[in-house]
Amino acid sequence: MIDWSVIVDSIPAFLKGLQTTMLLLVLSCGAGFLMSVPLAVARVSPNPWLSKPVWLFTYVLRGTPLLVQMFMVYYGLAQFEAVRESFVWPFLRDAWFCAWLVFTLNTTAYTTEIFAGALRATPSGELEAARACGLSEAAIYRRILLPSALRRALPQYGNEVVMLMHATAIASTVTLVEITRVARDIYYNHLSPIESFGVVAVIYFVLTFGMAGLFKLAERRFLRHLRPVASGVA
Amino acid sequence: MIRHLAGAVALALVIATPAFAQNQKVRVGVEGNYPPFSSIAPDGKLQGFDIDIANAICAEMKADCTLVQQEWDGMIPALNAKKFDMIVASMTITDERKKAVDFSDPYYDVPSRFIAKEGAFKDHSPASLKGKKIIVLRNSPRAKFIAENYKDSEVLLADKETNVYLELAAGRGDVALGSAVVSGEAFLKKPEGKGYAQLGPSIRIGAGSGVGIALRKDDAELRQKVNAALKAIRANGTYKKLADKYFDFDVSEGI
Repeated sequence: MIDWSVIVDSIPAFLKGLQTTMLLLVLSCGAGFLMSVPLAVARVSPNPWLSKPVWLFTYVLRGTPLLVQMFMVYYGLAQFEAVRESFVWPFLRDAWFCAWLVFTLNTTAYTTEIFAGALRATPSGELEAARACGLSEAAIYRRILLPSALRRALPQYGNEVVMLMHATAIASTVTLVEITRVARDIYYNHLSPIESFGVVAVIYFVLTFGMAGLFKLAERRFLRHLRPVASGVA
Repeated sequence: MIRHLAGAVALALVIATPAFAQNQKVRVGVEGNYPPFSSIAPDGKLQGFDIDIANAICAEMKADCTLVQQEWDGMIPALNAKKFDMIVASMTITDERKKAVDFSDPYYDVPSRFIAKEGAFKDHSPASLKGKKIIVLRNSPRAKFIAENYKDSEVLLADKETNVYLELAAGRGDVALGSAVVSGEAFLKKPEGKGYAQLGPSIRIGAGSGVGIALRKDDAELRQKVNAALKAIRANGTYKKLADKYFDFDVSEGI
């Protein structure tokens, strides 16, 4: 039987955990977006001095598990005395900063590849038209390439954000009390998987649904031109 | 011909079965992050005092035991979900845990101690640790002890006992409270523990309760067998031989 009193009693803890989860998500997602747009432009650049370093960065970050990256930054870097004595230590000492850094770098790597793929998939006609109008390279990026690529990337980007939200559970391994950690504590203290992991699953589900809905709305607005024509095609 | 063969095989099975049935199958939950009680050797095998005790008890009970490694905070739920039949993981016997599981007689008891940078504090009284960050294992009797007695200190809760000392060495807290044995094996005796020392005298939390083997509440039969086996290995010297392998003091004192 489900013990509702356990669930009711744990609401404050879950709300606090939810705050941590959402803050981690918003801060790493925001920073990741800001970094991945210029990185994606560099990634598709014909200049290897620009594109190869970005390729290496996304290759390494996407080639290792997030959990391993988290342990490397949180426990691994702390092992070196040079790191502990340097100016970055006040930041790396903090579990919050480590989690934010790891999530940001990880999502930046994936988002960069998503945006780069969308940039490469720009119809050549759009580019030809822009050049024919005499737009400069910078103006082409600003007014044609990026707006059109970011719109096309929207469905994939939405997936990445949802995946990152689920991945924030990894912060529980470095002492941060987000919703998965709250669930694990309740599981430990009340020995009841449904009242702990069942509840946290529902929370994740609602969050995922909410975010998927927001991205659907955004797609409807920004990708209107790609929607199938409703009538007239008989 | 085939029929005869099938008959012979069936007969062989019938004869052979009682021989197999003599050994009860027991799955033992262990932890693996609590040296020298339980840890993973470089070759990937489980080792430690808990592991040896589990094997000795199994041998005494004439049971076929399988060791199952499980994260600390899922230990009791996994026992009650019948993922294994007993927990040999240095689990302190507490009143709260007794609500969920039964315990065998205690099989050892060691005190806890504070560890800090040499000379950093004069003692471990709540007054001298006021405003400092104390690192302790999450969901443990020690964490509860800190929460109740060190209300003016900050607390950092680590997932595993070994991480308590990693956090201390990294400087993410000022002082750690850990097992008097594990803190030595996992930290003070290692190069990473240089410059750190025990702070003040050792303390006993929930004095006299000791560490027991946890079993499901409906499993009184296995509990009796385990207690009998514990008694037997203490009487025949096996216990002492195993304990001497790991400790230079008497871990059965007071149980």
